[in-house]
Formats: sequence, C-alpha cells, structure tokens
Amino acid sequence: MSASSVDEKLASAEFIKGLWRENPVFIAVLGLCPALAVTNSLQNALVMGAASTFVLCGSSLLVSLMRKVIPKPVRISVYIIIIATFVTIVDFVLGALMPAAQKQLGAFIALIVVNCLILGRQEAFASKNGPWLALADAAGMSLGFTLAMAMIGGIREILGNGALLGIPLFGPNFEPWVIMVLPPGGFLTLGALLAFFAYLKTFRKGAR
Amino acid sequence: MPDFVAEWVWVFAAACLVNNFTLTYFLGLCPFFGVTGRLDTALRLGLANIFVLLITSVAAWFLNTFVLAYAPYLRLISFIVVIASTVQFVEMAIRKLSPALFRALGLFLPLITTNCAILGLALFQTNRGYDLLTGLVYALGAGVGLTLALVIMAGLREENELAAVPKVVRGTAMSFFVAGLLSMAFMGFAGLFSSTG
Repeated sequence: MSASSVDEKLASAEFIKGLWRENPVFIAVLGLCPALAVTNSLQNALVMGAASTFVLCGSSLLVSLMRKVIPKPVRISVYIIIIATFVTIVDFVLGALMPAAQKQLGAFIALIVVNCLILGRQEAFASKNGPWLALADAAGMSLGFTLAMAMIGGIREILGNGALLGIPLFGPNFEPWVIMVLPPGGFLTLGALLAFFAYLKTFRKGAR
Repeated sequence: MPDFVAEWVWVFAAACLVNNFTLTYFLGLCPFFGVTGRLDTALRLGLANIFVLLITSVAAWFLNTFVLAYAPYLRLISFIVVIASTVQFVEMAIRKLSPALFRALGLFLPLITTNCAILGLALFQTNRGYDLLTGLVYALGAGVGLTLALVIMAGLREENELAAVPKVVRGTAMSFFVAGLLSMAFMGFAGLFSSTG
C-alpha cells in the first residue's frame, strides 16, 4: 500500500468522526453560543454554518502550514489573530453579497472569533498534523456543526413559525408555538435533542 | 431625575435583566454550563467577569474613538488583541498586588479571554454608539446580569443533583431544560419597560 492511500484513509476517518461520533454540538457541547443564538430559523442556521465552515477550514489549513514557525508560548494569540482575520473576511463578504442575512445575524458573525470549537480544533488538531489531515478534520467538524445547527434551526422554525425556509407548512389554522423562536426555545430544543440521543443510546444497549 | 441618570438606569436594567447576556443572547454559555456546579465558584467567576467587562468597555471605547474611525476593517482583530492583553495584564497586576484575590480567581482569569460575553460587550457597545460613561454602566449591567444568571443556575444545579429525574435527561440535558425555564422567567422582565416606552 502506497503512503498516499494510507493518508487518504486517515483523512476520511478524520472527516467522518466530526459528523457524528465527535459531533461538536451534540457530543462535545462546544460552540453553543452561535448554535443557540442564531438558530431561530433554518436559513440563519445554514448561513452561520457556511460562515463557520469557511473560517474553520481556512484557519486550520493556515495553522497547520505554519505549525513549525509559531512559537509555543504565544500560540493561542497567533491562532486567535488568524481566526479573527478569516472572520473579518467573512463579515465583509456577507455584507457585500447578502446584506439582509448579515444584518439579521448581526454581531454573531463577528462572535465566531470566540467560538471555542474553532480555537479548540487549532489547539487539539491543526497544530499537530499536516495540512491535508487538518483540512479533513476541519471540514468534518464544521459539517457536523452545520448539521447540528440545521437540525436545531429546522425544529425551532417548524414549531415556532409553522414554516420551513419561510415556506408555510401547516396552513392557516396552525397556531405557532412562539416560544420556540424566542431564546428559551433554543435551550429547550437542544435539551430535548440531547435527551433523545441519550434515550436512543440506552435503547441500543438494551437490544444488544 | 436628570435625563442622563434616567438613561443610565434604563441601560443598566436592560443589560442586566431584560437582555440578560447569558439567557437571551446566549453569550458566555461555556462557563454557564461548565463551572456552575458550585455556588461560591459561580459567584467568584461572576465577579472576575464584571471586572474584565469594565476594563474592556473603557479599552473598546478608546480604540473606537481614536483608532478605528480610520480603519474599520481592523475592528475585530484589534478588539480581540486588546482583550487578550488586558486580561493578561490584569492577571499579572492582581498576582503582584493581591495574591489572595489571585488565588481566589485562579484559573478563571485566563479563561475569560475566550468568553464570548466580553467580545460581545465590546461589539454591542460599538454598534449602539454608547459614550464612555454609558458604556461603563452598560458593562456593569451586563456583568451583574451574568453573575446573577451564574449564581441562580449554580443554586438550581446544586438542588438538581439530588432530584430524582429520569436517567436520560440527567446531566447536560437537564441543565438545558433548567436554563430554558430560567430564560423564560427572565423574559418576564421585558414587561418592565413596555409601559414607559
């Protein structure tokens, strides 16, 4: 087996683990601030997911390429500055391409900088692995993050607005469950999802 | 009551109760779920946060007024660098001046750097165009609100440890439900200001 195919296998393993087994929101409970704050509709969740994906992939790649040049004692500050640069790019690009969405997400785009998920991946993975692996890890993690946010956003929009992506689902007689699109709904939805996954786990153990 | 005092009271109450940073903006959730296991640690973390928030507010105001007017694209980067270095500086100062306080705050000071509430405060304050003093009142309100949420949550969780809840919701899921109910309770404060406009 050639070295490159071993590399590819490793990379695909790093990619897949972020989707479910080490899902940043559901398993590691990281990056909660954006995961709850902007998920009052599916569209917001997807825009936020795309923005985080760009930032995480970009900074993981850069940190991994520079991992031998960054002095250890100041590494965290260097990571933060790299992340902040990518976030600034995203903020300005969104402002130019989708001003309405940028306005709705407001300061939360800028707050990607302090998302512990992104800094955590730099410290735990990108600073110790080559660019190819780091990129696979970042892509998997951010896809898992986007997936989790889309799930929360979808549930909250359906229950709180009776719609999905702005398209009404239930007709005029549906009484929207308004609390779900307000802040408490975020906590309740994530709590219910976590409890549901814990329930599934006990179920699987019992069957075995 | 003079006009500006009335505005300060409004800004303080809004930041502390109605738009509580943790429970309505979801800022500072990591310590909220991470270290609210015990009441006294929660209180100490809250106090450390108030301290850093006040300093950040002043620093952000100076940056905004004198530097960033000429280079708006540097806003995010300069904020985060200033916050990180202020926290570092404060940590060193406390260690020299008051070793007792330093031991009490311990690990929390460096952790505060990556607390989204701090950067959030700097950004919100800029977006709303507060002046120096109003910004300070806003920071104080936000900090008190944060501490309030942390302490209430810690108290509830201490009780929760002993409650007989179904196994699947034990731990993190239960904390989220509790936080959801708390957030609902804080929504009630929105009524405080609806009559006065």
